[in-house]
Amino acid sequence: MAKPILKKVPISEQCPEERIKNFNEVPYGYVPGEAMKEAKRCLQCKNAPCITGCPVEIDIPGFIKAIGDGNFNDSIKILKEKTVLPAVCGRVCPQEEQCEKVCTLAKIGEPVAIGRLERFSSEWEAQQKTTDIPKTPKSTGKRVAVVGSGPAGLTIAGDLAMLGHNVVIFEALHQPGGVLIYGIPEFRLPKAIVEREIEYIKKLGVQIITSFVVGKTKTIEELLKEFDAIFVAAGAGLPWFMNIPGENYNGIYSANEYLTRANLMKAYLFPEWDTPIIKGKRVAIIGGGNVAMDSARTALRLGAEHSMIIYRRSENEMPARLEEIIHAKEEGIEFHFLTLPVQYYADYLGWVNNMECIKMELGEPDSSGRRQPISIKDSNFKIPVDVVIVAIGNSPNPLITTTTPGIEISKKGTIKINEKTGETSKPRVYAGGDVATGAATVILAMGTARIAAKSIHNLLQNK
Amino acid sequence: MNRILKKQVLAPGIKLFNVENKDIAEKVLPGQFVVIRAYEQGERIPLTVADVDKNKKFITLIFQEVGQSTFYFGSLKEGDEISDVAGPLGKPSEIECFGTCVCIGGGIGIAPVYPVIKALKNKGNKVISIIGARTEELLILEKEVKQFSDELYITTDDASYGKEGRVSNELSRLIKEGMKIDRVIAIGPGIMMKTIAEITEPCKIKTIVSLNPIMVDGTGMCGACRVEVGGETKFACVDGPEFDAHLVNFDLLMKRQRMYTIEEKESLGSLEKNKKLFKSK
Repeated sequence: MAKPILKKVPISEQCPEERIKNFNEVPYGYVPGEAMKEAKRCLQCKNAPCITGCPVEIDIPGFIKAIGDGNFNDSIKILKEKTVLPAVCGRVCPQEEQCEKVCTLAKIGEPVAIGRLERFSSEWEAQQKTTDIPKTPKSTGKRVAVVGSGPAGLTIAGDLAMLGHNVVIFEALHQPGGVLIYGIPEFRLPKAIVEREIEYIKKLGVQIITSFVVGKTKTIEELLKEFDAIFVAAGAGLPWFMNIPGENYNGIYSANEYLTRANLMKAYLFPEWDTPIIKGKRVAIIGGGNVAMDSARTALRLGAEHSMIIYRRSENEMPARLEEIIHAKEEGIEFHFLTLPVQYYADYLGWVNNMECIKMELGEPDSSGRRQPISIKDSNFKIPVDVVIVAIGNSPNPLITTTTPGIEISKKGTIKINEKTGETSKPRVYAGGDVATGAATVILAMGTARIAAKSIHNLLQNK
Repeated sequence: MNRILKKQVLAPGIKLFNVENKDIAEKVLPGQFVVIRAYEQGERIPLTVADVDKNKKFITLIFQEVGQSTFYFGSLKEGDEISDVAGPLGKPSEIECFGTCVCIGGGIGIAPVYPVIKALKNKGNKVISIIGARTEELLILEKEVKQFSDELYITTDDASYGKEGRVSNELSRLIKEGMKIDRVIAIGPGIMMKTIAEITEPCKIKTIVSLNPIMVDGTGMCGACRVEVGGETKFACVDGPEFDAHLVNFDLLMKRQRMYTIEEKESLGSLEKNKKLFKSK
């Protein structure tokens, strides 16, 4: 056997000086030769630890072998057996925490670049004139309503359509895709790619109704009269604020609003598009997750001279994906660790102009296992700012839970489910994605949808 | 769906659309709003539903052309389809038999107060309406409001119609004349609602206002519409839009409403270029 190659085939990217001036995607992706070379690094382990590391159990050695053999069409077919969103997952999955973390090669060097290869397959498919649409079985006549068209909703819709069920997705916003459309920026996940994946799901026979606010336009109770089962995947849409003095001054956004304006409403194309966004020169982003990185890098592209991440713990505890942190650093995002805002100040017109912070130090580990930040007395200082983006997390939107009698929710506001089946406390109603787990990742949402798809299918077969 | 069944110009720059949407017409209650998007590049615009067809087939929307998106919206014709209408959103008005209710609408605020007037009257209240505008030709819905009001008072800033002055003057007069008022509902510009809250607070008259901050999604997702009520932050789209006027921080509301003044001017600049495009539609 040939000696294993310890390094990933590098991927070419837009250079930082250029990319901070545009919203185009940062990595260019592998060309076929690079992809085949990288695919051949895979040891094709019999026990395939990577598959167990994947929440939707993609046949990873299988699709990689197909790439290595130059059978790109087979590779995308293998991927699509388990995921309807390969172009998305190849870009936004935290591979370093999942499949690549348990890759055998990771023990002696760099793991196989599974994410980049998945992305390559999907790109290759997009470049072909035709997309293979698998044959769906004869209709079962059973109807399933899916609430929300984010990663979980799209996954379950694809799965159930492939089993012959009639699926209708209800989306509250005017465009389907959920967080893939309103949250994740163009430079990380081009919207044309999301639209392409959604077109594929529609071709499987799924109907998507937009501008339909479940809980308002119709309630779950009303939908239960029209559908055999319902899957709720409404996401974690309610933004948290810190409730500190001055947080409602002009120029202070939730990350949800900032990113929704920039991505869904295309405010970066203002005034060609009508929705505006405040283009700050000194922008502070509160938080250390992917949403904070996305906001910071968006602010930079909108012309910020200083785009500053303000995080109360240290770099080691940052929840953001490694690639996002690296990209952010390359682009010149400034990191203020162990720093917590305590108050905002404004000018006489109500515009934020200063942020008072306090220094923190790390104490004992808390319930999350991370060392708890503790404020240092009398360490207060001010940072001048003109835009602030609060990216400290979200909880589920209560629009659905408050209008659905009999559905149990947790203290955090998430819908309680049986993790093995996706069932809620209400018969025929299932849930998955962030509305059930609390804010998590795209792929975890897809994993919960896969589980619920199996139990909904069982329910419908036995009806 | 969302077809414009009827279009009417109520006043210069103020238009009425009857929009076909069965789902919303069946559900909407007084005080609730919809979010519309007229075309792909357009903003999401929150509009209170001004009326509902008795056969529950269409809703009535009344709006003022102020920026690029509303101007384009106003250029649509009967038979056109609005690309997106989502709703009904927000909490409905509290409609009970309170006794004597004074309902106040200022400017375009007459449109959202009208369904509340109608509902309060139908519930058996004595309804005193006060409506006002800058000038006679901008006064809308007089006939409709009159139909559901026991008394109607009209003001214009320039004395071109009704009494000269503001709607708040009429409210002060009624209070001074000793009218026993059980509830005031006021919808209009921030400064008008603030003035009315200041008049009724010392008299301890329960006063409800419908707030109109900037919104994006209208479903509680973004927090653009943060308002301060009783010292707490609320989202007008899901916690309101109606609140107890005596608890609202109106100064903050008005400051936040001006957040995009500069951008609005820039957008209107490009609007001039696009006007031809709208007209050809």
